[in-house]
Amino acid sequence: MSYPESMLASIKKVEETRKKRLEERIPLLSPEEKDKLLHGFHPDYNPKGKRPVRVGPNQGDQMPNELVDLLEAYPRIDPDRFDLSSFDYDVDVLVIGGGGAGAAAALLAQENGANVLLVTKLRLGDANTMMAQGGIQAADKPHDSPVIHYLDVVGGGHYYNVPELVRALVMDAPKVIRWHEELGVMYDKEPDGTMITIHGGGTSKKRMHAARDYTGAEIMRTLRDEVRNRKIPYLEFSPVVELLLDDQKRCGGAIIYNLDTKEYFKIRAKAVIIATGGFGRLHIQGFPTTNHYGATADGLVLAYRVGCKLLYMDAVQYHPTGVAYPEQIVGLLITEKVRGLGAQLVNREGNQFIYPLETRDVVASGIIRECTERNLGVETPTGMKGVWLDSPMIEIINGPGTIQRMLPAMYRQFHNFGIDMAKLPILTYPTLHYQNGGIVINEWGETTVPGLFVAGEASGGVHGRNRLMGNSLLDVNVFGRRAGMRAAEYAKKNKVGKLSLDHVKRYSEELKAAGIERKRVAPMLLPDYRRPEVLRKLEGTYGLGIE
Amino acid sequence: MEMVKISIMGQWHEVPASLTIQKALEYAGYQLVRGCGCRGGFCGACATVYRTEGDYRLKVGLACQTIVEDGMYLTLLPFYPAQRADYDIDKLEPTYETIISIYPEVLRCVGCNTCTKVCPQDIDVMEYIACAKRGDIAKLADLSFDCVMCGLCASKCPAEIAQYNVAILARRLYGKYLAPKAKHLADRVKEIEEGKFDREIEAMMQKSEDELKKLYAAREIEP
Repeated sequence: MSYPESMLASIKKVEETRKKRLEERIPLLSPEEKDKLLHGFHPDYNPKGKRPVRVGPNQGDQMPNELVDLLEAYPRIDPDRFDLSSFDYDVDVLVIGGGGAGAAAALLAQENGANVLLVTKLRLGDANTMMAQGGIQAADKPHDSPVIHYLDVVGGGHYYNVPELVRALVMDAPKVIRWHEELGVMYDKEPDGTMITIHGGGTSKKRMHAARDYTGAEIMRTLRDEVRNRKIPYLEFSPVVELLLDDQKRCGGAIIYNLDTKEYFKIRAKAVIIATGGFGRLHIQGFPTTNHYGATADGLVLAYRVGCKLLYMDAVQYHPTGVAYPEQIVGLLITEKVRGLGAQLVNREGNQFIYPLETRDVVASGIIRECTERNLGVETPTGMKGVWLDSPMIEIINGPGTIQRMLPAMYRQFHNFGIDMAKLPILTYPTLHYQNGGIVINEWGETTVPGLFVAGEASGGVHGRNRLMGNSLLDVNVFGRRAGMRAAEYAKKNKVGKLSLDHVKRYSEELKAAGIERKRVAPMLLPDYRRPEVLRKLEGTYGLGIE
Repeated sequence: MEMVKISIMGQWHEVPASLTIQKALEYAGYQLVRGCGCRGGFCGACATVYRTEGDYRLKVGLACQTIVEDGMYLTLLPFYPAQRADYDIDKLEPTYETIISIYPEVLRCVGCNTCTKVCPQDIDVMEYIACAKRGDIAKLADLSFDCVMCGLCASKCPAEIAQYNVAILARRLYGKYLAPKAKHLADRVKEIEEGKFDREIEAMMQKSEDELKKLYAAREIEP
């Protein structure tokens, strides 16, 4: 399989303009132009995509419909059927989630003397961290500084970022890279040890560190290996379905559900860390997603029910370059590193329409405008539209073989479907990538509920309303480590009181009082991609998510 | 729509010919719990073993990256009980002896090349095991870098080696001991610990949105 004739005709135009474009640089948009583009074309500004949530700490706030559906859903369990006078597990720190943030938190909590248990919905390491290709930011070069990094972060986040969180992010960044180096992460380096760093969208200095284009995978598999080496106990296929609060409204444990045996288990913990990731698999506004199968916002639902406030939930990141062809891998990520290495975005006629390294929201809006209002997109056989990412330019600029050397995962992805991206451009369209907002935390990952911590994509405020490339791998490490350390300290000083699920009962009553019917249950746990024809045949179940 | 017939663990289903194995499973009515992870070829959760009708050969692939074929009969291999050793990375030396003492079974490799043939990532697995046998950790780390640890190599190995666990040990030894250290990184960590940027960062945190906007617009972009 390669490209059909109709698409090859456009590729010819792309090839014809390549020489001219090698010299051409599209200017950065002015703040006014950016604003106009975002308001006109970014999905966040589509009023039909969101509505106010009717219950809980954020009552009245606009959020994506798909998230509101979950916040307005009923608990999966009957709180009256759990005897909380005894527990199956009794630990200092419970970490929920087995991705980058969870693994970092577990390691640091243990290092700081805590008895840790990690529970995760799928396998240890099954998380978006594993899929992050492009890189991780850290201002560790002499001409760069954490202060410049700070400015890039808040400008990219449109000045909505929480300053204390940004400080933690940029000041801890070099420490995180150093920690990884000590653990044996294979960062790309020059022969003298200098880190090879490049630009990402919205960076003013080249501070994107990478491990080929398996950066997240390399970090995740190393952290996972270390969790195993240090014998930190972990339970897989065991999502949390509710948190537990004690008589002083402190978080003191959770109920988990074994997806294999369908049993519930009760955990008591002096401190709990939510590291459950984001909401990509909710397919906000019907967008395809780059996200891991488990990204179903479970942590947001759990935290919301114990009274945590959510921040900037209406700010969704659409990665500008998702796969638009071939159909089998639509929505998967084409790393920003492809643009970082010199590939330009061009329309059907072979012309550039936006500077390729504007921030993600701006580039995504530019592509949507090209495919809608300007009607200069390329149509695929299934009727999807996209624009070209002119990948062969990478080889022209950096020399033959660069793509296979620097982007092996990307090359393999397209090669599997008969497309050689070193010779032909690839078709892209924005894809749902990241939850910019999340649960409110302070710089130590503490929430407003004592004993409850959050790290990584589940938290909000670090990235304002738009995250820059390379700051999420950084975020999970910085705040995973911080939450782990602080939770271990907290656990030393605090005892758990009498635990209950009363808050769950109260939440159900609130839902009922708001006139919300019991149509859905949450957390969702896993998406359901079965066909309606199949679901109709499942007599006796409700299609309410995984049983 | 062109359809094909596939057998999922013995049950036949008719599914669209353009689907990956993973999407075909869902089309057929499975809500996946095991054997599904990143859905993008990075996590190794969906190793699949299959045959096509009339062909004696056993084939493998990642379910999320492999297109269905007519007459394919398959099973997922969502977990493989591979040998894995615990070790303290801080106490190891990056040598042949380290690898052989932790995973002595690599010396049992008979050079059958089955691991290389089954690797869905097209990694030359046998060659990197050969590197382990001669202590070439740098090359082992390089050759195995794209490994997603799906377990297919181990599942077919007559010498019962868990190749991917040997590989991550080697990559960590390389990353920690053999790769040259980044001096600028150590210097920067020291500067941060000494508080070199504290005052400047705090000043930045106090700035109004308008001031930040001006500074942002005036940033010098590294070419």
